[in-house]
Amino acid sequence: MSNITRRRALGVAAGAAGAAAGIALAGSAVADAPRPAVPAAGPTSFDEVYQGRRIKGGPAHGGHHGGHHGGGYSVTIDGEELHVMQNADGTWISVINHYEPVATPKALARAAVRELQGAPLVPLTLS
Amino acid sequence: MTVRKNQAALTADEKRRFINALLELKRSGRYDTFVTTHNAFIMSDTDNGDRVGHRSPSFLPWHRRFLIEFEQALQSVDATVALPYWDWTADRTSRSSLWAPDFLGGTGRARDGQVLDGAFARSGNRWTITVRVDGRDYLRRDLGAGGRQLPTRAEVDSVLAMETYDTAPWNSSSDGFRNHLEGWRGVNLHNRVHVWVGGQMGTGVSPNDPVFWMHHAFIDKLWADWQARHPRSPYLPAAGTANVVDLRDTMRPWNDVTPADMLDHTPHYTFDTAA
Ligand SMILES: [Cu+2]
Ligand SMILES: [Cu+2]
Repeated sequence: MSNITRRRALGVAAGAAGAAAGIALAGSAVADAPRPAVPAAGPTSFDEVYQGRRIKGGPAHGGHHGGHHGGGYSVTIDGEELHVMQNADGTWISVINHYEPVATPKALARAAVRELQGAPLVPLTLS
Repeated sequence: MTVRKNQAALTADEKRRFINALLELKRSGRYDTFVTTHNAFIMSDTDNGDRVGHRSPSFLPWHRRFLIEFEQALQSVDATVALPYWDWTADRTSRSSLWAPDFLGGTGRARDGQVLDGAFARSGNRWTITVRVDGRDYLRRDLGAGGRQLPTRAEVDSVLAMETYDTAPWNSSSDGFRNHLEGWRGVNLHNRVHVWVGGQMGTGVSPNDPVFWMHHAFIDKLWADWQARHPRSPYLPAAGTANVVDLRDTMRPWNDVTPADMLDHTPHYTFDTAA
């Protein structure tokens, strides 16, 4: 549980500093509640700094890029949307790690940060 | 007649012509339209929605059609070129001649994954990654990172032994040949190879790495091998399936080709070995 505690602490700290306090606190509240491995309401929100990058995940709300398929769940890295998708078995992939499913959106965001090696995500323009 | 050969058997002249045709498609801008198309399907194919290029029965006919179109583009540059295939069960290390400087170049350097040798290295200035999902505009690879292993011949054979082409729910959770070959389930063939190469090959814009075509040409050959082993196993589903391309439904983006049209590769090309 130290993981959740740390995430909660980071979330609160980040929220106090930024504009997303509501999301971060809501995510922490959900994380504290007992829940099954794959809750029907979708995965919990997260907000943390990982390897120097701000990664956030939570329910999507009118994403400006549109067309994402995270089942209403959105992930950002330093504010840029990471295109994510949930597989039928509940695992997740992103446009950065497209062929290697991971268990949670947070693990997915962290994998993307490692893969990016500091590079910024760029919004993809599909012609 | 187009004969697709094992990349390991290409002559120096065949390698040179293949590379030159790739560079010319890149220079003219045609190459990147293929990357864009692929990424659009990767991002829109979903397990519970419309799915055409991936995680669905039409994964194999869709990529067959995609590769034929790409091969025709190469041949418009040099009519002698055919797509080689990479049998990663045989050429399974980063020391393979596939990754030599006279062909695809090698793995990326540790610091940023950048490929430094071969025709696609940034220093050549002929392979800028323009259709991209992050800020990096150079080709990257991380061959066999973390001690990952390519599939073995025995693993391939275990998948070729599967009699049923595909099963409901026709997505990444399906049993059957297609999903085991694609790799969302079981020993994992196709997906694992993307991950083993790393760099752009692990992303939605994987055709940025020319090895994409040689990987998929081998996946395509394995489909032909499977058909030869199971002549009475049809493409499935046959008809009436929501969100999924049935045997005689047309496939986006072409809208004039069906899986039924793609079952026999021999009007388009043959392989250097009998299937
Ligand atoms: Cu593909
Ligand atoms: Cu692929």
